Amino acid sequence: MKRRASGGSAIERARGVPFRFDGREMRGCRGDTLASALLANGVRPVGRSFKYHRPRGVLTAGSEEPNALVELKRDGAYQPNIRATLQELHPGLEARAQNCWPSVRRDVLAVNDLLAPFLSAGFYYKTFMWPRAFWEGLYEPLIRRAAGLGRLPRAYDASLHERAFAFCDLLVIGSGPTGLMAALTAGRAGADVVLVEEDRQMGGLPLSQGGQIDGRGADGWVQRVLRELQGLPNVRLMPRTSVFGVYDGGVFGALERVGQHLAEPGLVPRECYWRITAKRAILASGALERPIAHPGNDRPGVMLLSAVASYWQRWAVDPGRVVVFGNNDHALTTAQALAAEGMQIAAYIDSREDVAGEAPFPLRAGAEVVGTRGRQGLREVTIRARGRESRIACDTLGLSGGWNPTLALTCHQGARPVWDEAIAAFVPRPGMLPGLEAAGAARGCFSTAACLADGVEAARAALAELGLTAPDIALPEADDSPYTLRPLWQVKAPGRAWLDFANDVTTKDVKLAAQEGFASVEHMKRYTTQGMAPDQGKSSNMGALAVLADATGGSIPGTGTTTFRPPFVPVSIGALGAGARGKGFRPERRTTSDTQVRALGAPMIEAGLWYRPSYFPKPGDPDWRTACNREVGYVRKAVGVCDVSTLGKIAVQGPDAGRFLDFVYTGTMSRLAVGRVRYGLMLREDGHVMDDGTCARLGEQDYLVTTTTAAAGEVMRHLEFVQQAFCRGWQLRLCSVTEQWAQMAIAGPLAGELLAHVLGEVPDLPFMGYQPVQVGPVAARLFRISFSGERGYELAVPARYGADLFRQLVALAEGLGGGAYGMEALNVLRIEKGFLTHAEIDGFVTAFDLGLQGMMSRKKDFIGKAASGRPGLTGAERLQLVGLRPQDPTAELTAGAHLYPREAPAKATHGQGHVKSVCYSPTLGTWLGLALVTNGRARHGEMLRLDDGLRGNRCEVTLCDPVFFDPEGGRMRD
Amino acid sequence: MRLPCPCCGWRDLREFTCIGAADYLERPTADAPPEAWDAYLHVRDNPAGPARELWYHDPCGTWLVVERDTVMHAVTGSRAVEDAQ
Repeated sequence: MKRRASGGSAIERARGVPFRFDGREMRGCRGDTLASALLANGVRPVGRSFKYHRPRGVLTAGSEEPNALVELKRDGAYQPNIRATLQELHPGLEARAQNCWPSVRRDVLAVNDLLAPFLSAGFYYKTFMWPRAFWEGLYEPLIRRAAGLGRLPRAYDASLHERAFAFCDLLVIGSGPTGLMAALTAGRAGADVVLVEEDRQMGGLPLSQGGQIDGRGADGWVQRVLRELQGLPNVRLMPRTSVFGVYDGGVFGALERVGQHLAEPGLVPRECYWRITAKRAILASGALERPIAHPGNDRPGVMLLSAVASYWQRWAVDPGRVVVFGNNDHALTTAQALAAEGMQIAAYIDSREDVAGEAPFPLRAGAEVVGTRGRQGLREVTIRARGRESRIACDTLGLSGGWNPTLALTCHQGARPVWDEAIAAFVPRPGMLPGLEAAGAARGCFSTAACLADGVEAARAALAELGLTAPDIALPEADDSPYTLRPLWQVKAPGRAWLDFANDVTTKDVKLAAQEGFASVEHMKRYTTQGMAPDQGKSSNMGALAVLADATGGSIPGTGTTTFRPPFVPVSIGALGAGARGKGFRPERRTTSDTQVRALGAPMIEAGLWYRPSYFPKPGDPDWRTACNREVGYVRKAVGVCDVSTLGKIAVQGPDAGRFLDFVYTGTMSRLAVGRVRYGLMLREDGHVMDDGTCARLGEQDYLVTTTTAAAGEVMRHLEFVQQAFCRGWQLRLCSVTEQWAQMAIAGPLAGELLAHVLGEVPDLPFMGYQPVQVGPVAARLFRISFSGERGYELAVPARYGADLFRQLVALAEGLGGGAYGMEALNVLRIEKGFLTHAEIDGFVTAFDLGLQGMMSRKKDFIGKAASGRPGLTGAERLQLVGLRPQDPTAELTAGAHLYPREAPAKATHGQGHVKSVCYSPTLGTWLGLALVTNGRARHGEMLRLDDGLRGNRCEVTLCDPVFFDPEGGRMRD
Repeated sequence: MRLPCPCCGWRDLREFTCIGAADYLERPTADAPPEAWDAYLHVRDNPAGPARELWYHDPCGTWLVVERDTVMHAVTGSRAVEDAQ
């Protein structure tokens, strides 16, 4: 294997891992990331940039990576924009470079780079303006083809995701020296601690930089602390987890890569979306090194110095000859340490004049990198010092422009960070976000000793707020050398200097934006697209801001930052939607007769979350209407059975139950006799009809309210509100019992006869009566109510007997020449009788509109009474319920159609109303409809034209009373 | 976001439904003038800062008056509608 040095704390050299990149077979080690394995295999360009399609190499060693985004094969499809720096290597891993064709080394669209002088910021806005007609046909398809980072797989995403919830006293985000000390302090104090770390390994920067803590190797110290934390039952360690958002009330969103690193995850989910609720949180997310914008800084081989160190220490990647370009003391000490460990440092370049130190490599103070060379990767850099240029051959350029505290999470609720001149970076303000404090490098304390102390201090403060006592804890000794720098944002020299590598934004683009008036940082961001790639500008925001401030003559703090919003790292839609796919998104509610009606071959239709049978087909039926007509016939001529358990049932009990129902219904329920049922109407407070249903008085203090299937939840919530808000001190209780009772409608002239088989005798129950009955040993409830206009009963048994009851009733009905009927027949039966559903009660209608004004009591107050009397809610201008019959009985009516005068055009100004429900009535041999028509009740007998522009249906209809069949109601009463 | 239910303690936002300002509790008398009913049904302040809101906790069926700052998002109080004045 090429390009591996000795050592490497993260890898097991003995365990080779085969993988493929861009079709080439390669080998890495166990413990590698895809990025470290690619570097170790000498792969330099790993992708192409977004706009100019320039070859790009690995820049960082963490989740902030802008360049090394690849497509990863998973579950049979390629997932785009996987960060190679985070993706762990596993045997058989297959990845390919994105944004290039045919290959990353030879890419056709690299021609864009030659056009670069024309492709400046705002190019698209300026160029594709005219001619206007070209936009849709030519420009947009062209741009769409070229745009985007990576390609989305077309197939259904079969990968597994999970969601989970965690609760703790203290959440520690980041496991560097700060986070470890904070977790240790809080853990020893007995607090319930969750410590999350984005990396596979906990420990943070010491893993990459070595050094000494507590008189031993930093790595050893980290392992010792981790062992102690693992031994504490109140501490939970969560590696591979990124906190991406901070939400109100101490809720944190986090993404755990559970199976993303496994060759065969099996049933292990790829990712888990965590909601962590923490009483207090410490942000110990450290800092990110920033690059320097110098000409040619996007060439593969140009890396952050911290990444060079990281790949060397953890993965033993030998970077070859290295030139280091920095502006701060930390860069120099890092170069010295790396040289001491055997890395070939070709030169150290520092923009500061006053830099000196002992080093085994040439140290060039007051110098800058002004150019790079190498087609597929860096070969040489050009240095300028005191006006003279020289070249140095090298393989890697390590950049260090200083460090930015990783403070994004502290800004997620809108607060802004403050500028710290000493470190030339933004730092969080204490108390920016309630319950969350930054500590260590995340708030600008950069030495290891300062981080260790700050972690303890932050934990102490959090423990005090939690009411826990912090233990005395000895601070380990560690490096405390100062960090000084002189800001260097851009090297002023000819050539393109990149700020945002992912979106191809150069210093020139930012200057152009300022020139053209996009001088506010938020405008500049949108005009140049800087910071809008998947990395959200983690390595470029600060630099772009500084260049903008320079171009506008303002200061950096005066220019301000853009807004930090969640998510901090990319989160897949699959993870966000975990648990909410298919039935998780929309659960199914099934009646107790569900298995039987499906066995009878009934197609099911959804009613809310419920599933109900549409109709029951028989062999030889030419169409569904044949079945529907047959089932209507059962009810009109013999007896039909239908499961009506989906209707909402609410028990209302207590001495004040009647008084309460008087207040929520338009009618009076308190005077209902025990054993009687009444039809009732509930209004919303704004005077419109909310729902209708029956109310039965089962006992002196015991009522049962039924609602429609669709409105059951709304009615329950409404009743709870009225009781709690306006009926304080009244003695009653409400309870939904919808699922406790299975209820079957038995309707038809032979309904009594059928019941005699079940109950032993024909029940002596008047219309709208109730009585408790025995079905064998089972206590049941019998109501004589009808939604079909025939003699009808509803028999309710505890839900566990529902399936048996349905089977028995259907068998008996079939013996009497009837059978089960479905929703289609139920709809025909109710339209023939003019009974209402939510097709008519659409939220806009009043009791007056439905012709039910007589149901509104004048003697008492009730919900909606005052508002229903408002002008405009009653009168001739209202749309009122009418029946419709076509002139030609075979002419089909369609719901949703509009009604116009016979000769008038189909224009809104001529509209007379619209059709709410229709059916073909086998009983009457004609189509029927229910409609809302302006002043409809006074217009019975008038002829209108039905016009359904959508379906192209037109016919003439006559308005009539909405009760088409048995208007006297004798059939259901006798 | 989390809200305290007097019945169940602090619970996740997804268990709650908000229907707006707690003004909805001040129902006019049946014989109040139309202006009072109009104000009750339709007119609401839109405060930036402390607000009193009506929330419903679906799992236990409790209606709450939540005191919440619409700018800072801090929840400063919560009482069952039955106990609120």
